[in-house]
Amino acid sequence: MPKIDLILHRAALDGKEVDVFVGKGKIVEIRPSVETLDAGDAQVEEAFGLTLMPSLTDVHVHLREPGYEYKEDVESGLRAAAWGGFGNIMCMANTKPVNDTQSVTDMMLDKARRYWPHGPRLLPIGALTKGLSGKELAPMAELAKAGCVAFSNDGVPVKSTKIFRLAVEYASDWDRVVIDHCEDPYMGVAAGVNEGEVSSRLGLPAQPDIAEALQVARDVLIAEYLDLPIHLAHISCRKSVNIIRSAKARGVKISAETAPHYLIFTEDYLEDPNSEYDTNAKVNPPLRTRDDQAAMIEALNDGTIDCLATDHAPHASYEKETEFDVAPCGITGLDTALSTTWALVKEGVLTRETFIRAWTTAPCGIFNLPVNTFQPGDPADFFLFDEDEEWTVSSQTLYSKGKNTPLLGTSLKGRVKTHFIQGKKVV
Amino acid sequence: MKWLHKDLLDVSQLSKSEVMAIFETAGRFQELQERPVKKVPTLKGRSVVLFFAEPSTRTKTSFDVAGKRLSADTFSLAKSSSSLTKGESLKDTALTLQAMAPDAIVIRHWCSGAARFLADRLDCAVINAGDGRHAHPTQALLDSFTLHQEWGDVAGKTILILGDIAHSRVARSNVILLNKLGADVRLCAPRTLMPPAVQSWPVTAYSDLNEAVKGVDAVMCLRLQLERQKDGLLPDLREYAQTFGLHQCHVDLANQDVRILHPGPMNRGIEISSDLADSAESLVLDQVSSGVVVRMALLFLYMTRKGEE
Repeated sequence: MPKIDLILHRAALDGKEVDVFVGKGKIVEIRPSVETLDAGDAQVEEAFGLTLMPSLTDVHVHLREPGYEYKEDVESGLRAAAWGGFGNIMCMANTKPVNDTQSVTDMMLDKARRYWPHGPRLLPIGALTKGLSGKELAPMAELAKAGCVAFSNDGVPVKSTKIFRLAVEYASDWDRVVIDHCEDPYMGVAAGVNEGEVSSRLGLPAQPDIAEALQVARDVLIAEYLDLPIHLAHISCRKSVNIIRSAKARGVKISAETAPHYLIFTEDYLEDPNSEYDTNAKVNPPLRTRDDQAAMIEALNDGTIDCLATDHAPHASYEKETEFDVAPCGITGLDTALSTTWALVKEGVLTRETFIRAWTTAPCGIFNLPVNTFQPGDPADFFLFDEDEEWTVSSQTLYSKGKNTPLLGTSLKGRVKTHFIQGKKVV
Repeated sequence: MKWLHKDLLDVSQLSKSEVMAIFETAGRFQELQERPVKKVPTLKGRSVVLFFAEPSTRTKTSFDVAGKRLSADTFSLAKSSSSLTKGESLKDTALTLQAMAPDAIVIRHWCSGAARFLADRLDCAVINAGDGRHAHPTQALLDSFTLHQEWGDVAGKTILILGDIAHSRVARSNVILLNKLGADVRLCAPRTLMPPAVQSWPVTAYSDLNEAVKGVDAVMCLRLQLERQKDGLLPDLREYAQTFGLHQCHVDLANQDVRILHPGPMNRGIEISSDLADSAESLVLDQVSSGVVVRMALLFLYMTRKGEE
């Protein structure tokens, strides 16, 4: 038996009280808990009354460094991740300069190691095309070698179907999955509002759900034709879910994510008298209808949607405190995702199995990342969580620099108390 | 009537009795228009900022005249002369204005929700003079006031709103207000200029003007933004004028005493034939006169609220 460095004592794991033994950054053994431990020289973490969960994985984060450090930087983003329960975060390439060269990837990884040497792990996503232009393939071999775990033009949909097809093929040469920003760019502006009754009443330029579904359908056909995997980012509507469900039934190598805000908010929020025109709810794709919200929950529970991702998109407060048309799209999410989605489990909307799959095993499986399933040999990536601790979302309680969330002022339940990654305490 | 509202953002905020109070107040100011000296000291010493971040001639002039007739000091701030052109945010412009302690701000802005944005941050009254595609409450009030003067009551009448409904704040506010006053509202536009969820609106929608106009008591024409053709929403202006422009043949299908309105400025020969614009049925100039007294009523009510006077 390897040397034991850490013992978690009396943690609640799936309804049972357990002791977890960790050695060399991996889980060695999990036993039913005993009152008195013979810990030897191992560090003991008392966990009585706290829920033990595997570290979450977020496959869709915008860290904003380099270029927009005033919104978020590597250090602050990883802090928000650590306190939010995330052990792995995959960060998108739409920085300035774009992450389309090894030097940008190196810089991100160097900063991550310097500020958070034990984690959370920063896993860069390289650009799919140079400068996100959609015209020339990015040097994916170089980027993969530097540490990029996937490729995406997130934020800027690839207009040319030919270039997109070539990008999927080329990425497969380096065993990387392409993540597509599902938005037909010819279907109107990315207005951050769903086209329908609410946008009509508010008089806001809007984009219909088919702008997303058209691109989803295109990607399904390309994945099927090439027999290669494509991951669909931030799915938000029933029409997309229906296409994905039938594609999966045919065995197409499609995977998909949705974000917590599509599960907890609808477009109705934007015409509520208390939050009318709230730019913190301006997000792309936009908040959809109640029917779409129901479809997302069904699809998560039945596995049509594989995983959750925050699409963490921090912005400075002055950028959001402006006219709706002028404000940038995006909701900050790393700090709040655990509380909001765990609340859905407590309410019976999502099952615990769905929660664990959507935040851990599925995203790690899609992108070949280390995953903790609480089996001997798994990475000791876990956190202790006080399910009952209430906290109010505010600029003081969010660790991210981005305070742009429609949850501001809302009381949530559940706070991370301690977080270990590879057996090292990061929070 | 004790006026409790701080701001006028849209007509949806107003009850029917409050609309009637506005009409009654406007009616009293009408008499003033006939006098040789058209000015009263009601708002003497009060200041109104006319903040027009989007070009406007008639609405701005109408508010200016309304304020001056009540002896308020009116100050204009246009986008071209404001720091917005230097990159100042609307929030900073608002705070700067607030520091000058006006009693009311009349705002026109190209973004929907901009009036609400100011109202949430300013202590003074904010009156929406048109925000994006969202609302134009004073235009709707003056339109209904014009018809109210003409008919005595708008309830039970059928009114057609014709033109670019999708991009029109005038249409949105009129649909709400006319429904509130008991009118039956019809809309007519090509599908490309109709709001995407029009079926959820309390109206009957048409794409055939000959059908839409049958038996109506009034037609409100909307101004067509000529750039809609460049946006690809229309094949050409000639076809639009022939298919959705209001002509005498349409008036013949309406009720005998049909009235024609237009918020101006008009594209003669496109959304309305020139002859109809100048016809006996046209209330276009009455709308302008109504605009002044309705805006006088609004400035009076919003600037003397809380039973101050």
